[in-house]
Amino acid sequence: METVKIVLRNQEYEVKAGTTLRDALARLGINRESVLATREGELITDDEILRPGETIRLVAVISGG
Amino acid sequence: MKCRKCSQKAVINMRQHKLALCNIHFPQWIVEQTQRFIAKYRMFSPDDRLLVAVSGGKDSLSLWDILWQLGYQADGVYIALGIDGGFGYSQKSQELCEKFANQRGLKLIVVDAPQQIGLTIPELAAVTQRGKNKPCSVCGLTKRHILDQIAREGQYDVLATGHNLDDEAAVLFGNTLNWNVGYLYRQSPVLPARHAGLVRKVKPLCRFYEREMAAYALVRGIEYIYEECPHAAGSTTIYYKTLLNQLEADRPGAKLSFYLAFLQAKEKGLFAQPLGDGGEEGIGAGGEELHTCPGCGGPTTVEGLCAFCRMVEKVK
Repeated sequence: METVKIVLRNQEYEVKAGTTLRDALARLGINRESVLATREGELITDDEILRPGETIRLVAVISGG
Repeated sequence: MKCRKCSQKAVINMRQHKLALCNIHFPQWIVEQTQRFIAKYRMFSPDDRLLVAVSGGKDSLSLWDILWQLGYQADGVYIALGIDGGFGYSQKSQELCEKFANQRGLKLIVVDAPQQIGLTIPELAAVTQRGKNKPCSVCGLTKRHILDQIAREGQYDVLATGHNLDDEAAVLFGNTLNWNVGYLYRQSPVLPARHAGLVRKVKPLCRFYEREMAAYALVRGIEYIYEECPHAAGSTTIYYKTLLNQLEADRPGAKLSFYLAFLQAKEKGLFAQPLGDGGEEGIGAGGEELHTCPGCGGPTTVEGLCAFCRMVEKVK
């Protein structure tokens, strides 16, 4: 499996494995300043290379009314 | 990416500081920096009794956790607002605050606003028609009133809130767009008590990005309410934060320098003190005389009942 699943709230995206998280977010139009990324519950930085078949969960950080 | 301090794997890269840290050094750094800001802005001392306003969100619970680690005498206060949103928003938030306090043996004061007022916040907003079909204005007024009241009655020295840099930058952005000079003059990490019915208000997280506070909560294993308040969707604050993050993505440090340069400009006297405001007790930030509300003992800019007591009186 050469793709990676990226999950943000109820939205799921598929991107190609082998690219950095930073590039994947840019391709999806997600501002990296507005999210944190976790792999198996651990925070990762956006220079991480995405691995085939894995799921990256994004945590939205903006709040406030 | 490796941690600057130990070369282990970094969990966060703070581009505005050119600093990446691991899951051990990042929370330590946050705690140390918070203490630095408390001292720098002369927020409070170890002898002061603090009241922390907690909502169940990442910022306020993280603030309480940091103050607890630093050894301050900090109680928490949670205001139940009766907001459901189809998923029990207020109920869930309260449970998370209670769990947090129990795990650390901390004192949490829970105030049930609907029980006090007789209506939930959305019901109160609908009845008073205050705030253009959104309960946020009524909610803000109610929370400010109850927090002041609890701080006053409990004889706390300081009321601490979890406002982060993104909150402060968004407010600053809005006030700059509209040149609300009075509000700009008033915005500060510390708001002095201007009336016997008020306590000093402080924002110890005002120099941390919202992203850092979310990371702190995750690394520390703090369970917080991830869902947004159902009434916050489409808010101006979120819109301004989104715009500022677009700027930050292209120019790391833009949000921080926007806020810090503002504080420096204020110190240098860029914003004139409103006429009549000598900063003394009994005078509001707009220079107006402050009276004491006969209903609650809190401050009011007009003689008679304060805005909150007038609102509650109307719906009785």
